[in-house]
Amino acid sequence: MGKKVLVIGEIREGSLRHVSFEAIAAAKTLAGDGEILGVICGSTQLEAYAKEMVYYGANRVQIIENKKLKTYTSDGYSQVILEVIKKEEPDAIVMGHTAIGKDLTPKLASRLDVGLISDVVEIDVIADNIVFTRPIYSGKAFEKKIFVDDMIFATIRPNNIEALSRDESQKADISKLDVEITDLRTIIKDIVRKTSDGMDLSEAKVIVAGGRGVKSKEGFEPLYELAGVLGGAVGASRGACDADYCDYSLQIGQTGKVVTPDLYIACGISGAIQHLAGMSNSKVIVAINKDPEANIFKVADYGIVGDLFEVVPKLVDEIKRIKVNA
Amino acid sequence: MNIFVLMKSTFDTEEKIVIHNNKIEEDGAEFIINPYDEYAIEEAINQRELHGGEITVVTVGTDQAEKQLRTALAMGADKAVLINIEDDLEDTDPFTTTKILETYFTNKQIDLILAGNVAIDKASGQVGPRLADRLGIPCITTITKIAVEDKAVKIERDVEGDTELVETTLPVLVTCQQGLNEPRYPSLPGIMKAKKKPLEEIEIDDLELDEEDVLPKTKTIEVFLPPERQAGKILEGEIDEQVKELISLLSDEARVL
Repeated sequence: MGKKVLVIGEIREGSLRHVSFEAIAAAKTLAGDGEILGVICGSTQLEAYAKEMVYYGANRVQIIENKKLKTYTSDGYSQVILEVIKKEEPDAIVMGHTAIGKDLTPKLASRLDVGLISDVVEIDVIADNIVFTRPIYSGKAFEKKIFVDDMIFATIRPNNIEALSRDESQKADISKLDVEITDLRTIIKDIVRKTSDGMDLSEAKVIVAGGRGVKSKEGFEPLYELAGVLGGAVGASRGACDADYCDYSLQIGQTGKVVTPDLYIACGISGAIQHLAGMSNSKVIVAINKDPEANIFKVADYGIVGDLFEVVPKLVDEIKRIKVNA
Repeated sequence: MNIFVLMKSTFDTEEKIVIHNNKIEEDGAEFIINPYDEYAIEEAINQRELHGGEITVVTVGTDQAEKQLRTALAMGADKAVLINIEDDLEDTDPFTTTKILETYFTNKQIDLILAGNVAIDKASGQVGPRLADRLGIPCITTITKIAVEDKAVKIERDVEGDTELVETTLPVLVTCQQGLNEPRYPSLPGIMKAKKKPLEEIEIDDLELDEEDVLPKTKTIEVFLPPERQAGKILEGEIDEQVKELISLLSDEARVL
């Protein structure tokens, strides 16, 4: 029996986040032969985003344009989404486990008086049960969860559920809904962009991370260069953050972010258990460290024992050389 | 100001996870204050220093949480409340915890509630925002700075590395992010004083809740450990050769380039 699944799309820096497409794929697993309904909120010109959701598998998209939705607020967005839920009565709701997802979904779940399984990395349909797998203890363990009631509500971790392939020939009904937004109790005064490339660590396919071995703020420069040529993002260990080599927002580990990129390059990171918790579920791990006894080599697929300041620039050059030749 | 902190007692980050009978083995494990809740406690103390008032630290947990509550008192909180579910509840989820807290907070005079933005064990990140919704107060998550002036609240919050400047009014619930402050260690006099500070222990009956009122809406059916990672290949030879070999391994063998 098919389900009607609502997917909450999310825009960041002028495009839909990839995790929104992954959420559509997750919705497909849940929907069976049911319907996938996308929803997008924003201030204006949302149709292009709606089309993207359709190309990635949404059967119908509802867009809500309102000046008050220009920047995300939990009050504004929740009013609008609740209105869509009231109208559409979905059997399931899926969204990315992003900053907005984490802020919005618990409030929606509370309002709907339903359960919410957050940070899901896998969804399996086993007989009549839909089973959601999620990491606990920052990835040191995993749990499988089910819903007690019928309503399904989940956020999915970026980079774990593969998006369906994009198909521009797909057509679907895109409609606008007007919702009156009242009573915004919080006001966003300004957003100070600190991330230059707009790439969030949790969504990056490649992460180049530095530890105490990077030795200084300037020491991170070659890491940024390597991340640049690989189209990835830079992360750090707690040691590097505590030593003030970089901002805490880059921290990966049991405190900080838990990441699962395709490729994780650890530079000058010893590999404390707290750091390993945050990155050891990456698909491929490369370690570069002067100390052959460093713990990080125990989880690395490939290791280079050497000085990162010698190895990293050479990696950059070699990748550039290959790119030119290709 | 009437300040509350939601605190959870969690496994020490050094702990390895052992699974026994499909459950995480807790016997013998070291527990700590959830690291993000330490920022909440520290900020509560800072705000009390600026505005006066009283700090109550509230935990929904089991017997062993008493120790972490004493630590919070030693840091400088005034009162602690342990809502002990050890004998009453087999299974909980964020709905359960929120329902218990909601009932606890009914009829309380609230100015500010601080919580960690996530607990490092189950990491649902739901209880703070859910509770704010139930109490009908705004919620601002992952804050890195807070300034209160009369009823006006100015906040900086971390949004995936960017900083958002937000304004709201009291009462408000905030969840704390790394970078907010540097949590203090309890001082010796603090530890001595903490022994005499009130630590109230209540159960869900005291809140006039039955087990049925707080039945979880999600259930864990299995816990398991990820496959252990095997140490891979340490490359050899001149650095230039290693670099070339690494790149060909990444593109041909691992297929990630």
